Amino acid sequence: MSQTPVRRLRLGAPVLLLAAAMLAAGCAPDQYPQTTLIPRADFAREADTLMRQTLLWATIVFVLVEGALLFAIWKFRNRPGAAEPVQTHGNTTLEIVWTIIPAFILAMIAVPTVRTIFKTSQRPGPGALQVEVIGHQWWWEFRYPELGITTAGELVVPSGRTVSLEMTTADVLHSFWLPQFAGKRDVFPGRYNNLWFKAEVEGNFPAQCVEFCGVQHGRMAYRIVSVTPEAFDAWAANFNAPPKDFTADSTANPLVREGQRLFTAKGCGGCHAMYPALPLIGPNLHHVGSRSHIAAGTLENTDENLARWIKNPQEWKTGVLMPNLGLTDQETAAIVAYLRANQ
Amino acid sequence: MATTALEHAPAHHEEATGIWSWITTVDHKRIGIMYGVTAFLFFLLGGLEALVIRMQLWGPDGRLVSAEVYNQLFTMHGTTMIFLGVMPLSAMYFNYMIPLQLGARDVAFPRLNAFSYWVFLLGGLIINASWFFGAAPNGGWFGYANLTSAQYSPGLNIDFWTVGLQILGVASLAAAVNFFVTVINLRAPGMGMMHMPMFVWMSFITQILLLLSFPIITVALVLLMIDRSFGTHFFVPAGGGDPILWQHLFWLFGHPEVYILILPSFGIVSEILPVFSRKPLFGYAAMVFSGAFIAFVGFGVWAHHMFSTGMGPFADAFFALATMIIAIPTGVKIFNWIGTVWGGKLEFKTPMLFALGFIAMFIMGGLSGVMHASPPADLQQTDTYFIVAHFHYVLFGGAIFALTGGAYYWWPKMSGKMLDEGLGTLHFWLMMIGFNLTFFPMHIVGLNGMPRRVYTYSAESNFELLNKMETVGAFLLGLAMLVFMWNILKTWRSHQPPAPADPWNGATLEWAIPSPPQHFNFPALPRVHGRDALWEMKRVAGGTLPEPTPVAHDAVPMPNPSWKPLVAALGVAITLGGFIGGSHLWVHAVGLVVLFYGVYAWAFEDPFAATGH
Repeated sequence: MSQTPVRRLRLGAPVLLLAAAMLAAGCAPDQYPQTTLIPRADFAREADTLMRQTLLWATIVFVLVEGALLFAIWKFRNRPGAAEPVQTHGNTTLEIVWTIIPAFILAMIAVPTVRTIFKTSQRPGPGALQVEVIGHQWWWEFRYPELGITTAGELVVPSGRTVSLEMTTADVLHSFWLPQFAGKRDVFPGRYNNLWFKAEVEGNFPAQCVEFCGVQHGRMAYRIVSVTPEAFDAWAANFNAPPKDFTADSTANPLVREGQRLFTAKGCGGCHAMYPALPLIGPNLHHVGSRSHIAAGTLENTDENLARWIKNPQEWKTGVLMPNLGLTDQETAAIVAYLRANQ
Repeated sequence: MATTALEHAPAHHEEATGIWSWITTVDHKRIGIMYGVTAFLFFLLGGLEALVIRMQLWGPDGRLVSAEVYNQLFTMHGTTMIFLGVMPLSAMYFNYMIPLQLGARDVAFPRLNAFSYWVFLLGGLIINASWFFGAAPNGGWFGYANLTSAQYSPGLNIDFWTVGLQILGVASLAAAVNFFVTVINLRAPGMGMMHMPMFVWMSFITQILLLLSFPIITVALVLLMIDRSFGTHFFVPAGGGDPILWQHLFWLFGHPEVYILILPSFGIVSEILPVFSRKPLFGYAAMVFSGAFIAFVGFGVWAHHMFSTGMGPFADAFFALATMIIAIPTGVKIFNWIGTVWGGKLEFKTPMLFALGFIAMFIMGGLSGVMHASPPADLQQTDTYFIVAHFHYVLFGGAIFALTGGAYYWWPKMSGKMLDEGLGTLHFWLMMIGFNLTFFPMHIVGLNGMPRRVYTYSAESNFELLNKMETVGAFLLGLAMLVFMWNILKTWRSHQPPAPADPWNGATLEWAIPSPPQHFNFPALPRVHGRDALWEMKRVAGGTLPEPTPVAHDAVPMPNPSWKPLVAALGVAITLGGFIGGSHLWVHAVGLVVLFYGVYAWAFEDPFAATGH
């Protein structure tokens, strides 16, 4: 029996090594593009500060209490000839002390918590960029009411300016998450939830739906694209230019013209608008050619991936509402060329 | 224990064996064993579901199972582990141990007890029968409206879930009434409430939680069922209903449910630690009151599951503070357990290893719980793997470790065989390492942005390495389970001498009677004068007590076996089963006839009438 603690230590070594390796992995959050541990906006910074304070207290308590437990296990192990233990039933002073100390530590967590709750619940000021976020099974729609923009799959925001998100859903509950910039908010039908943030950096970040919403919840992703204010203004100014009508342009690439014809003939336009600010039941595809990702942020926007998606969306996202239209390879190539031409 | 002439009567009759004697049994020990066997099989099923989940997540863009099957798997894993695994494993110990620890001959309502078991079994079978229809529940164990509405989930999947859970709720409520009354009325002479073993106390509080929280989920499930079957709009926004109502009802049940899962384990650990430390539980009264306080405040924290719904700052602040307050009595429990061990003479037998492992892991789960009690921080953590890590530290590192420790502790009492200590130690270390390898990386992958309930993840996310560790850990857990089963099988078939009545120098009354106990448990009811009744008896006797000898099996009249509870249970299952795929009137009608017949025959049956044999 007295061998057990020794064996515990021998087994403990590899476990500790592994824990250290995992901690090292955790301490390198820059390897994870969707990480919450590198806040890149004011809101996320508030949440992160609170998390780190709590984690610090939790770590101190963890070390002390697990330490006391391990010490007791080692110190009071049964040794040959040990006397029968004293039959203590409790110690009132001790019990009061170990009620008060946790209460004190919790107060240290509770005060900043309540302060941060009220801070993050404030509404953003009047200068904020308004964006309406609408969840759909299984993609996200973004509307900029002041700019008359409707788009999908990519939330484009200017850095250095507060963005105010008014969020709802067209069908079931979803949850919109900005891991790098803010927390998450669930969306409910017929109701608007709010979240805001001011991006501190530029970049193209992955994010995804975090409320289970049906079969393709796992591939309901999106990109958050933060750009400089100048780039954002340029993007917004050009966005609403009407799409080129390639069929009327005899100099256009014939494949693109064929693609546009097929887009109409095959019924794609029944769900997908190529015009700005026209919400249909599928994602708006105006400027789809210049997006970084397609298929609700789950595939890089390459010609190969576009073709793969258009030809058989059910292969990548089984159960998605976009049907398999049975396109031939040539038809697919034409539609890809057409979508790519919508930059 | 009081000695009577009964103890010397020859044991010439054997108890009835055979399948029919089990089907009609009203003996709390047999019912406990049936709960245990059934729950263990469901637990293995839930574990296999977890292994498929882990294999699917081995690498990015996994294709082992489809998205639809994955959603069914994680829904059934959660539902199974909670309602068909941990709860009925606790019920096994309620059944077997509460009467024994109270010094009683059975529960207050033995036939109601049989009814509870059969309803539980039928509920579990119905919910799992969905696999054969390719329509296992797929809306998560939380079944959030409005995804579960007829519009967005038109298949049978959610029907199986609402019906199955309602049936299981009937079983839980009937059992809760039974154990509540048992604890109040059937304590041995002299045993005051504050003399009860801590396992009985924690189980008693659990019954109160069951009685108060199961009606809430039942109401929610009924509303959802009639939304789906009759087109009402309780949770349908287009008809003026509100999906968030479901969340409040669900979590008003769901959070007390967490304590329903863990309080019995607190009790088990509080039994094991004193016995293997050879000193009484530290701070008995504080342990009772902290348990009661946790249960009480547990009804006021439900909305901490809903911080991301945007309830506003006042509600967020209230539920955050209420949640943090729960950490205080939980801390008191942990310190009292360490206080119990402190200054003891620790024997590292397998039950003790699991009890100590429980404390070590539960601390971890408690601390991560405090981290997401803070709503702004929780807005990043909720619905990520960080939460999955947290509640597995509480429910696996907590409940499963304690329930396993309880199995090693009480196995000799229940089976008359000692489990192998070497295999038990191996089981413990495999489980400890496998558990941490599976669930610790989930903290990291969660904070780094991996959501829950996703059937795969992208290569870009870089979640692969941590997921691979988790999958390896999960298979170690599977291996640990195989070692446990091998231990059971090996010792079952061995010809070791029967286990003594009191192999561990126990403190409580179940160790005063033979292993396994006779039908009536106690030939004469023990008289109790304080806590740790058996230790007290041994102290008075000057050390040890003689091995109790069995008496005649009919020395004490016990209620007759009865098949009526099974009939009534079938009636409940058929009546509610008629709600799968709409509402089938003729099924309800048949079910009600069976139910009424079962209850009628049961009501007018004389349980002590002379029988043929």
